[in-house]
Amino acid sequence: MTETAYRIQGATGEWEVVIGLEVHAQVTSEAKLFSGAATAFGAEPNTQVSLVDAAMPGMLPVPNRECIRQAVRTGMAIEAKINKWSRFDRKNYFYADLPQGYQISQLYHPLVGEGAIEISLDDKNPDAVTKRIGIERIHVEQDAGKLMHDQHPTRSYVDLNRSGVALMEIVSKPDMRSPAEAGAYLSKLRTILRYVGSCDGNMDQGSMRADVNVSVRKPGEEFGTRTETKNVNSVRFVMAVVEHEANRQVDVLEAGGKIVQETRLYDPDRNETRSMRSKEDAHDYRYFPDPDLLPLELDDAFLEECRQSLPELPDAKRQRYEQDLGLSAYNAATLTADADTARWFEALLAEGARIQKKSESEVAKASANWLLSELYGALNRLGKSLESSPVGPEEGAELLALIADGTISGTIAKQVFEIMLETGDRAPKIVEEKGLKQTSDTGAIEAAVAKVLADNGDKVEQYKAGKEALFGFFVGQTMKAMQGKANPQVVNELIKKALG
Amino acid sequence: MSELTDLTVAEIRDGFRAGDFSAREVAEAFNKNVAAAKALNAFIVETPEKALEAAGAADRAKAAGEALKPLSGVPIGMKDLFCTEGVQTTAASHMLEGFTPTYESTVSGKLWAAGAGMLGKLNLDQFAMGSSNETSYFGNVISPWRRARKDGGGGDNAALAPGGSSGGSSSAIAARLCPAATGTDTGGSIRQPAAFTGISGIKPTYGRCSRWGIVAFASSLDQAGPMARTVRDNAILLETMAGFDPKDSTSLDLAVPQWEAHLSSDLKGKKVGIPREYRPDGLNAEIAALWDRGIEWLKDAGAEVVDVSLPHTKYALPTYYIIAPAEASSNLARYDGVRYGQRNLPDGAGLQDMYAATRALGFGPEVKRRIMIGTYVLSAGFYDAYYTQAQKVRALIARDFEQAFEKCDLLLTPTAPSASFALGEKQADPLAMYLNDVFTVPASLAGLPAMAVPGGLDAQGLPLGLQIIGKALDEQTVLNAGLAIEERAGFTARPDKWW
Amino acid sequence: MSIDLQTVKKIASLSRISVTDAEAEAMVPELNNILGWVEQLGEVDVTGVEPMTAVIPNKLRLRDDVVTDGDVRDKVLANAPQAEHGFFAVPKVIE
Ligand SMILES: [Mg+2]
Ligand SMILES: [Zn+2]
Repeated sequence: MTETAYRIQGATGEWEVVIGLEVHAQVTSEAKLFSGAATAFGAEPNTQVSLVDAAMPGMLPVPNRECIRQAVRTGMAIEAKINKWSRFDRKNYFYADLPQGYQISQLYHPLVGEGAIEISLDDKNPDAVTKRIGIERIHVEQDAGKLMHDQHPTRSYVDLNRSGVALMEIVSKPDMRSPAEAGAYLSKLRTILRYVGSCDGNMDQGSMRADVNVSVRKPGEEFGTRTETKNVNSVRFVMAVVEHEANRQVDVLEAGGKIVQETRLYDPDRNETRSMRSKEDAHDYRYFPDPDLLPLELDDAFLEECRQSLPELPDAKRQRYEQDLGLSAYNAATLTADADTARWFEALLAEGARIQKKSESEVAKASANWLLSELYGALNRLGKSLESSPVGPEEGAELLALIADGTISGTIAKQVFEIMLETGDRAPKIVEEKGLKQTSDTGAIEAAVAKVLADNGDKVEQYKAGKEALFGFFVGQTMKAMQGKANPQVVNELIKKALG
Repeated sequence: MSELTDLTVAEIRDGFRAGDFSAREVAEAFNKNVAAAKALNAFIVETPEKALEAAGAADRAKAAGEALKPLSGVPIGMKDLFCTEGVQTTAASHMLEGFTPTYESTVSGKLWAAGAGMLGKLNLDQFAMGSSNETSYFGNVISPWRRARKDGGGGDNAALAPGGSSGGSSSAIAARLCPAATGTDTGGSIRQPAAFTGISGIKPTYGRCSRWGIVAFASSLDQAGPMARTVRDNAILLETMAGFDPKDSTSLDLAVPQWEAHLSSDLKGKKVGIPREYRPDGLNAEIAALWDRGIEWLKDAGAEVVDVSLPHTKYALPTYYIIAPAEASSNLARYDGVRYGQRNLPDGAGLQDMYAATRALGFGPEVKRRIMIGTYVLSAGFYDAYYTQAQKVRALIARDFEQAFEKCDLLLTPTAPSASFALGEKQADPLAMYLNDVFTVPASLAGLPAMAVPGGLDAQGLPLGLQIIGKALDEQTVLNAGLAIEERAGFTARPDKWW
Repeated sequence: MSIDLQTVKKIASLSRISVTDAEAEAMVPELNNILGWVEQLGEVDVTGVEPMTAVIPNKLRLRDDVVTDGDVRDKVLANAPQAEHGFFAVPKVIE
């Protein structure tokens, strides 16, 4: 289980890159972390703001159980230590998107302690190259509001709709060593969060964003000084940041310069990071326990419910797909990479097994192949996702059942599927109405075979002279004559017989 | 019948019910006194119409034979730290001048729901930071008391401090501008002004009264409580003010006891602890003498007196002056000129410049001083030495009380180390001012219920108070001991009207 | 620990309170007095003592995940020194 180490070739030799990610993930909840205002995305400015979120004088925070629960479940999903005693601290700084003048966060006693995530570095063969990335902690905190800079020439506008929305800050250890590892980690983390249901993972809506900590060193040496590139909002950008930032640091160091510990911003248009105007007191957040809140103490019943409510997680599911369902490693990985896909696949499987009166493992391969090739192909063409697929798992299972019991051939199935996509009709109805049932009527097939052989006397001669490849031609012609409805096995047999 | 404005809350409540007078007559009488007492500067905003409105409702309800509410017919003053919907709330700071809340604090809301009417918003030390009411942006509150008013010997007309931070409340009650008022107490802000003006006031157990809607000073210490002329009135008001509030995470989810119904000055079987650390060398002799009288009164009421020790007492004030400013520095960060209150935007100023200019303009010197102390003690490298150490010492102070309460049921101490002083006398030296709270701060740090009751006058004719500290949640014993002292002290002195 | 003029200015800046040189200079002895006085806490032996977390034993309650608030933009903006188009307005921030 080795990987070729990622190295940057500098003038003075090879450099290793060291990466840690701090991921902010919006907790899925109806209401905010400390107020009863809604969290929905895209509302009119300042309409999802309570007096608490606007930090009116005398307003006080009361924590939302669901936000705590989701963070605990997330911690359990990464096999982390759950701290039954934690507390909230205030992180003090002044900014227009921070109405209280402090963010309620957790520094000294986070809710979730150390855990780990296993990443795969080979899509085709997920078990071939894996690596455990340590998680330092997960803490719960408030999101800030939003500043708009482009609506007025001399003013910025403040929208507090996001102010107070619950975030999980998931802090990795500096365990990653390449852009690919950073990308795989973020993807895997997103997969887990979506499985658990604690975050919707919509990176384009800001539901997940990463602070990327990068440093470089000569292999085997001490960690170098790191920079933190803030709020990177896609897997691709995270990889780009690592690559760009590592190379920039190598250039600086090789030119005799020093890396300054600073926060940077990523500009996707120019694919570069640049320093944020550093404020001298930016690092003095004067954290102290929030005196408006008591320590958060979780009891066993709460933790037990969190544990019981966890779904099968992606790694376990992938292994089950391989071992119990007999799927290829690649197919298993593809089907489990996203919670929605796995859910769709499992519905297809359950329905197929029910209709065909078979076990799930008996229908698994055909179901997986159909989903990943036929359905995905069609959805790609139509620009749709599984969620918006015009054909659901039940309809798909009906189609697959018709192939499995020999009612239609694979070729006809493709036609039927096209009609399903177009009309929304179900497979049995289409097959019935269009008379697409496969025939094993030997009389009709024999007649068709006889005609094909008679019409192609020259080819029969060639075949008999040893050009056996022509067999396929006779099959094709017969199937064509039968409009595809002939049972291919019967056709094969009858042609063989006729050719003597 | 005496003047309506001389009546206690209980007398107003009962007299109104009995039909001795209408609620409107009461409201008008107090409105008149308020309007005539501008010289005391006890109110920032007067709301005679609110008092009349509540009185009207009470009179109509009575005429219609409807059930009356616990405080029907009773007008009160509201410390201007409680947010009142539609009525300017300033915390006595320029920062919040013109701020009109769109919401009502839980405690004030409970009082209005119980039928009370609002006479106005009472002046206080700015953001409740001060012990003499000299830090208000809206001017000093003047005590109605003057030195040596009776015998004339050595007397003067110097304006005296009503105590702080609830100095508007104490001054207004002592001057009969309202029969009762709300206060808030972070380190003594109910008890010390009560002592300075010859009235009573109780700070309940931390968490009894919701902090929701009260402009925050130091969250782990702030508690609302009533101030009035009698112990009974305090019990009546506290019953309405207290109670669980799901909007305050530190609120205690406990039923409110019937303190008034259970008032009893019979202290048989109770042990009163006398903490020896509260009698330092150099304790004012008159205060020491009053304390001794207090001990005798409680013995007379049937209590047994025991010596106790609170060994960390001397560290309470410095502990408080780390924790309270630290919390305040953060609580007051929201005053930035963005969402409410004053904004100071110098030409060409950026956001951070606007913050600094706004806060320089909006906050008074004492508020700035405490914010800066708080910022410093929390800043990088100093947090453990100051803040963590202070929270550890605070735990020791709380433990001192726990151990003392193994030997007794309540503690008796002086409320303040001196009687009221002249305005300006201690302004120059913040530390000398802070020492005013030396006896009140320890109970605040431990979250314990504590009450001030008047015990007598000093040689200059100024009131002196005694403090009773109780076990957590045992307001009843505190009130009962207060009642025992009240009955025996026979404190009837009142300031001569000069305003 | 005694603080100097530069420290006072730094604290003022961290606190976002603008001070003139004269104000800052006046604050040096004032703050030193107070800090010097609170530093007596250092002499207390706190071995084995946990910092206080809750003055009165009480547990943090958690509320249900229900939308009960918000949709009060008028109230939120009612006291704003400058509100435009449903936003709070501040001097332009360059990030
Ligand atoms: Mg970060
Ligand atoms: Zn964060």
